[in-house]
Amino acid sequence: MTDLLLRFLFGGIIISAFAALGDIFRPKSFAGLFGAAPSIALATLGLTIAHNGKFYAATEARSMALGAVAFFIYASAACFLLMRYKSPAFATTFALLPLWLGTALALWAILLR
Amino acid sequence: MKIEADFSALKIVKFHEYALRFFFGGLVTALAGVIAKHYGPVIGGLFLAFPAIFPASATLIEKHEKQKKQRAGLDGTRRGREAASVDAAGASLGAIGLVAFAVIVWRYLPSHSSLPSWLVLAAAAIAWLAFTIALWTLRRHF
Repeated sequence: MTDLLLRFLFGGIIISAFAALGDIFRPKSFAGLFGAAPSIALATLGLTIAHNGKFYAATEARSMALGAVAFFIYASAACFLLMRYKSPAFATTFALLPLWLGTALALWAILLR
Repeated sequence: MKIEADFSALKIVKFHEYALRFFFGGLVTALAGVIAKHYGPVIGGLFLAFPAIFPASATLIEKHEKQKKQRAGLDGTRRGREAASVDAAGASLGAIGLVAFAVIVWRYLPSHSSLPSWLVLAAAAIAWLAFTIALWTLRRHF
């Protein structure tokens, strides 16, 4: 339970900090870089190393690379739909989350399973 | 185009919007830990690159851009969605940098056991930043 609370706290702080960086910088295309910052990884990998060791954390990082490829596809699709169809941002980015999950799981099934 | 930092932008974001970011950021991070515990590090690791804050950020950008245009007497809906699209284009470059971050941690964390873990994580974070800025600069030129 303490571990979960720590993850919640670190995650909240680090993700909020990167989001604030995205608010500060201009132009918007540059600020957008911070929308894909390694915030969850930085919030959790330290705890993972402390509890489960470096090899466990490295295994997570190997999978994270595939999750990041899925993020690239997800963000590119969101960019296309928002620009081409002018669809609402929340509906578009939320509705596309299954695309991230599907791509990440497909890459896992092909490369790591 | 020059990169600029405008700290007054922090005042535009309301307290409840900061609270929402903190809550969802914390929730997603805790969930990633739960998934890793139940399904192991191979599945759990995928969620370290989950687009945790991106939907909220894109929505806020659309909202703020729309409000800005409405204050100038325009509708702003179209401009808000275009601004969110530009933000998504930046995030797609950031995601490529995220691959570099993950590969550095994967390759260097266990093989360089003499290096402190925090140093590997810090080096990976710096690599993410350098890589994404380089990609962003290249994209502006081509």
